[in-house]
Amino acid sequence: MDGAAPLFRMEGISKRYGGVRALEKADLTVTAGGIHAILGENGAGKSTLIKVMAGVVAPDEGTMTLDGREVSFASPAAANQAGIVCIFQELSLIPELSVADNIVISGPPKRFGMIDRKAQRRIAEEALARAGASDIHPRALVKDLPLSRRQMVEIAKALARKPRILILDEATSALTASDVAKVFEVLKRLRSEGLALLYISHRMNEIAELADHCTVFRNGRNVASYPAGSKSDNEVVELMIGREYSHIFPPKPGSAPAATPVLEARNLSWADRLDNISLSVRPGEIVGLGGLDGQGQRELLLAFFGVLRGLRGEVLIDGKPVSIASPTAASHGSIGMALIPEDRKTEGLMLPMTVRENLSFAALDRLSKAGIIDRAAEQRLIDDMVGLLAIKTAGLDIPVGALSGGNQQKVVIAKWLMRQPRIILLNDPTRGIDVGTKQELYQLMRKLADEGAAILFYSTDYDELIGCCDRVLVLYDGAVKRELIGDGITEHALIASALNMQGDDTRFGLGGKA
Amino acid sequence: MRDWRYWLAEQRGTLLAFGIFIVMFAIYSANHPAGFTANVVQTAANKGVLLAFVAMAQTLVVLTAGIDLSVGMIFTLTNCMASWLVIGTGLETAFGVLAVLGTGLICGAVNGAIVIYGRLQPIVATIATGAVFFGLALLLRPVPGGSVNEDLADFLTGRFFGVVPASLVALLVVVLVVWVPFSRSEFGRAAYAAGSSETAAYMSGVPIRRGKFLAYTLAGLLAAIGGLFLTFFTYTGEAAYASGNAYTLFSIAAVVLGGVSLFGGKGSAIGAIFGALAFRTIGDLLFVFDFDPLWQPLFQGVILLIAVSLGAFALFRVRNRLEWFL
Amino acid sequence: MSETTLSGIVGGIAGRMPKFLRRADPAVVTAFACIVLLLFLGSLYSRSFLSPEYLLQQLKVASFLGVIATGMMLVILLGQIDLSVPWAVAAGAMMACAAAAYGPAGVALAIPFGVLCGVAIGIVNGIGVAYLRIPSMIITLATNAVAQGLMVVYTGGFSPQDSATAAMRYLATGFTIPGVPNAVIIWALIGAAMVFVLTRSSFGRAVYGIGNRERAAYLSGIDTRRIVLIAFAVSGGLSAFGGVLLAGYASKAAQSMGDAYLLPSIAAVVLGGTSILGGRGSYLGTVAGVILITLLQSILSVMQMPEAGRQIIYGVVIVAMLLLYGRAPASR
Repeated sequence: MDGAAPLFRMEGISKRYGGVRALEKADLTVTAGGIHAILGENGAGKSTLIKVMAGVVAPDEGTMTLDGREVSFASPAAANQAGIVCIFQELSLIPELSVADNIVISGPPKRFGMIDRKAQRRIAEEALARAGASDIHPRALVKDLPLSRRQMVEIAKALARKPRILILDEATSALTASDVAKVFEVLKRLRSEGLALLYISHRMNEIAELADHCTVFRNGRNVASYPAGSKSDNEVVELMIGREYSHIFPPKPGSAPAATPVLEARNLSWADRLDNISLSVRPGEIVGLGGLDGQGQRELLLAFFGVLRGLRGEVLIDGKPVSIASPTAASHGSIGMALIPEDRKTEGLMLPMTVRENLSFAALDRLSKAGIIDRAAEQRLIDDMVGLLAIKTAGLDIPVGALSGGNQQKVVIAKWLMRQPRIILLNDPTRGIDVGTKQELYQLMRKLADEGAAILFYSTDYDELIGCCDRVLVLYDGAVKRELIGDGITEHALIASALNMQGDDTRFGLGGKA
Repeated sequence: MRDWRYWLAEQRGTLLAFGIFIVMFAIYSANHPAGFTANVVQTAANKGVLLAFVAMAQTLVVLTAGIDLSVGMIFTLTNCMASWLVIGTGLETAFGVLAVLGTGLICGAVNGAIVIYGRLQPIVATIATGAVFFGLALLLRPVPGGSVNEDLADFLTGRFFGVVPASLVALLVVVLVVWVPFSRSEFGRAAYAAGSSETAAYMSGVPIRRGKFLAYTLAGLLAAIGGLFLTFFTYTGEAAYASGNAYTLFSIAAVVLGGVSLFGGKGSAIGAIFGALAFRTIGDLLFVFDFDPLWQPLFQGVILLIAVSLGAFALFRVRNRLEWFL
Repeated sequence: MSETTLSGIVGGIAGRMPKFLRRADPAVVTAFACIVLLLFLGSLYSRSFLSPEYLLQQLKVASFLGVIATGMMLVILLGQIDLSVPWAVAAGAMMACAAAAYGPAGVALAIPFGVLCGVAIGIVNGIGVAYLRIPSMIITLATNAVAQGLMVVYTGGFSPQDSATAAMRYLATGFTIPGVPNAVIIWALIGAAMVFVLTRSSFGRAVYGIGNRERAAYLSGIDTRRIVLIAFAVSGGLSAFGGVLLAGYASKAAQSMGDAYLLPSIAAVVLGGTSILGGRGSYLGTVAGVILITLLQSILSVMQMPEAGRQIIYGVVIVAMLLLYGRAPASR
């Protein structure tokens, strides 16, 4: 801004997924030669915004102008052509190909119809050097590189496309501290070369160091735009909050129950994703898992459910150490655990199968005698569940895929309740479902807890954690950073600890790799 | 200094196959009654080259994470065809060779079209097209018979300068003319990329479909070259169901021995060639040690079983069991 | 008439049919419609086509394929494939006949021994697929080769000399109920058992679940590997049992007797509307597919179509039918 003509402008962009609005008349202006940071909590609309920019999704309404001309992108390739290149969180590298092949994957230099390997290697070496990663050999296979090096290759690949606007979506999340420093130098140099950079990060210190300009998103809209450094972190957090409370939560019981924990973890570690986690959940208690998305919450739930191999540390059930080797072991027998998985379409349900078959699928061993399903017992239990969760379906023998998202989620939960689990693990169960169903689920969770279940509940929605949980553990980089109890569970505290800022004060945290 | 290390790492599968072949062949020729003579090498080469062509064909498809269970039948069909067409004057023979190779290309293209544009599973699609190809072969040769231009046949199955088996030279030429350009072209790389990670390839704007289609088509061509050579060795065409199936099966074994990953994206046709030669030599080892030839099918089957089980070791490195279910 | 309009017409007719038929899979209905069409065409060619003797004879021939296709269907429902059928069939037949040479005990145990050999092949397949996660088409090809090798060693490369036991011949060619060949009864029993397992047992539910989404089935606490292992073992056993019946039918086993059953068994399952990707399909469809294939073979042989033409027509029919309703969803 400041007089410079905008390079790229988005105006009134809206995007809905089903009934959920992801972007609502959002605006964004990008100038050449600047680094523009985008902030916002989970689900604020940041990722949808950049997907629109990069041609991955088409907006429902709104206009985009580049150099003053209106543009629209049919595919990522079209956006690349226009000079907009995005480095996504999910890597787009091909593991079995070499670094050079990956960097020059589209439109390679050719001689006699064959790829000119020498020229290709030159281009790759240049791009790697520009990205500050000349230590990566262009002939190395991508699959042999550690994650942080791959991310550098991804950056080099983007640079080789000669972008005018470079979007980095959490591009530093997998990098080591020294790499981050290198990438920052590169980004600053690119800025001086006149590129426009969009930088999305949850690390406040990075944004403070790098950004010229910041835009805060909330509820699918840009709510504030300000020059970097003109607001304190506390003010930024306030901007990111400020959501209307639209959910009605059931009342919490006053004090925490004093029973012995059913589920306990001691110093649980796994690969580089879980770092020395200790926690306990008592019967009747709802314990929340907070933090930014992808900080190890999902892995923690899978670890309890017997999916991960090579766990270090201890898992205790009823105070006794156990070794859970499979979901069968976790759910059957005396442990009585249930996991409501992250993605109901691929992990929770068999969409083409009927509502009936899905509902009884996890409880087949209980419903059958000598391997034969007792259809009367099955019908009774299914009727109970359909009644309990008020599942709206045109019949039990239609494919579960025909149900609405909320009712599908109810089926996933009901199929586990058919086992009457003592320990219930929930992985973001309200994602993408309507408000009414959400409220029903909150009531149900509290009811189950009151009946003695121990509930471990991961949610990306802070309101939910505040409204539902007796305690919340905030994860950062695979470790529990903070435990919030009772009235201490506030949006401010959740966001501050999710960003790994120290306590409630406004000073910077120790940095990304604390 | 560091470059050759990467080269070594890239070629590890191929070099391993080469090593296995050298060791096996050393044992074989050392124990052969005639010893290491040009004759022994020529016979071994002629047997090995047939499988090498079919294995190269299989490699191209396997690289895209597919499979072609019809290669053996294309091989059989083109053998029968050659026994009709590759005969007569020089011009007629040349025309015949072109017709045979063209048939192979068409067979491969049909497979590719059904799998890629028809979106059918490669297994079932190629089993079914294999039946069609075999039916056509049977139509051409209800009983074994026919003949081939013997001058050409003797030239291509004999020896150059009295020592170099001509069939090996032919194999080398095919590698240079078909495999090298393919593997270094943009489409060849697309085939690798599609086999390695189709999503990443799509996100990177790689011409996936054309790459895969070319791989299937060239596989048909290579199988046809194999069929042509079979005719040169036997002077006849025969629609032999068992032999066609055996070549399909052995091509998979050769590909695995040659370090080509059945999950796609990794390996080279050169490795598959050495895999084929090694597989043939291992099979023939039984003869020089005076085993009953009856044991050969079992021996080859067990080698195949072991070869395909080797890939399973990667499984023990998987730490998230959900990765079992892609 | 193109296949689409055919199934459209069938669909239209189905709308006016009783409830149980209306709920039927269009693929199954199409397959049955094709059977009627084939019978009609056949009757134009020769009157004896609709005679009870001819139809019963067809059903008898179909029952061998039916037994083998039952096992294949179980594996395909899982989203896998069993290419070891040829030599599982041959091994079952040869081993049963071989056992018969070992005195009265051998005669008595001939059938179970033959079936057990098939189960053993299936278990190797199952271990490879479920525990080592080798693609099923690869491991089953390999076990097929090993089984072939074992049989070649056993027979010394000649046609096996042992002959089938009386019990095997009775099962394949005898009549317990007058007018109904035993083979047909056996197929009916195995089929009924399969229908029961698929619709009423927790094993059957798990099979469909794994075929649809193995990940979800695993996360639902199903021991997916055990289910897959069992399915392959059953498939191997049924293939071998099919071989036992075939040996009884021909009075002895033969080297390559199983070769003719691989493609037809896959085709019968797939033409019956079972998805090659797994998770969807009914046994009724497989029955239709088996009868359809058998009739097609029979008509082609009545018309004195040579083997070549039969192979070509098979391949083309299978590809055509698959293109009609067996395609993977378009990606993006």
